[in-house]
Amino acid sequence: MKIDPIHQFNIEPLFTLGHIGNHTIAFTNSSLFMFIAVLLIALLMLASGRDLVPGRLQSVAELSYEFIASTIRGNAGAEGMKFFPLIFSLFMFICVSNLVGVVPYTFTIATHLIVTAALALLVFFTVLIYGLYKNGLKFFKIFVPSGVPIYILPLVMFIEILSFFLRPVSHSVRLFANMLAGHIALKVFAGFVAMLGFSLGALGWVGGVLPLALTVALYALELLVAFLQAYVFAILTCIYLNDAIHPGH
Amino acid sequence: MAESHGEAKGQKAGAHTEAEGGHHGGAFPPFDSSNYASQLVSLAIAFVALYLIVSRIALPRVGGTIDARQNKIEGDLAEAQKLKDESDAALKAYETELANARSNAQAIGNETREKLNAASEAERKALEDKLAAKLADAEKQIATTRTNAMSNVRGIAADAAGAIVQQLAGVTPDANAVNSAVDASLKG
Repeated sequence: MKIDPIHQFNIEPLFTLGHIGNHTIAFTNSSLFMFIAVLLIALLMLASGRDLVPGRLQSVAELSYEFIASTIRGNAGAEGMKFFPLIFSLFMFICVSNLVGVVPYTFTIATHLIVTAALALLVFFTVLIYGLYKNGLKFFKIFVPSGVPIYILPLVMFIEILSFFLRPVSHSVRLFANMLAGHIALKVFAGFVAMLGFSLGALGWVGGVLPLALTVALYALELLVAFLQAYVFAILTCIYLNDAIHPGH
Repeated sequence: MAESHGEAKGQKAGAHTEAEGGHHGGAFPPFDSSNYASQLVSLAIAFVALYLIVSRIALPRVGGTIDARQNKIEGDLAEAQKLKDESDAALKAYETELANARSNAQAIGNETREKLNAASEAERKALEDKLAAKLADAEKQIATTRTNAMSNVRGIAADAAGAIVQQLAGVTPDANAVNSAVDASLKG
């Protein structure tokens, strides 16, 4: 029995859609789970009732609406509500795909850096373009913190500019690495149970209780991480957008 | 802190498995650039679809439901406040009315009492006057009777004196002398 914690991240083309240049565009298992996430969100938001006293599904839909709305108001102000659909889409897409991903035999799309990087760059360019469009050159005030002595200002500006351009990196790697590491750890511990049992017989099955308990605990943690990383991604998006809306610290 | 720890762990695990994956001959799937294009295309399609669904249909719908509920609650609260104000006003009106009625009743009571007092006073006065008149009449009658009686007594006394004198002295006294003697003794 060999533990292969990487197999779960394999991209399997289901059918080919076409070609762009010399790249083959395929509909893969990753694509499938992207559309499953979109479908689940659409179901949650559209199939829930519109009653005065909400039922369970409607409560979830309304809670997620108000949760994201209050996060935006708290971190980016009332003007940030312009980006409500974007942040809501990001949060729900990451949260739902992560939660689907912790179900065994599914695929977690956020375990691929290209996906999280694309989402982080979407946020980065939204901030950059909206910031320049709204504030013009005043947008660059975000690199010049007020109240800094003139002789260390160049250094501070350098750090600010560097951190601004590293934002998409930390933004995407945080989500990607958390999901990847969690899934590897889960697979390794779950694999231990089977490995012990198959190689040591009865004694192994008894000894497998410990990794099994760890797997259960890790699974609970992964559920939390799945939600938390989506929330972190959304809240960072709010904070970055706040810079575009209100430049100058 | 926890995040950076998770990141470090993730990177370490990634690096480790990448080495392992390399050992087996295949690339570590998340870093295999051959499927980047497929993923980006599906991500773009899926995310744009999600964004359109969310911004055009889902958020207006759920937001509308929440707003409708909020309006309903606010409307109901305003209605309740209005009703409360109305009942307060009604209570106030009732209390004013009650106070008016009470002072009216008091006034009527006072008036009636005064009227009754005045009436009984007048009656008493009339009765007293009547009694006084009767008393005066009675007194007058008594005086008349007394005068009459006195004059009768005088006649009798004069007659008796004349008779006594005649019996004692054997002479008939002069009537005028007898009368003046009687008058003198009556006065005395």
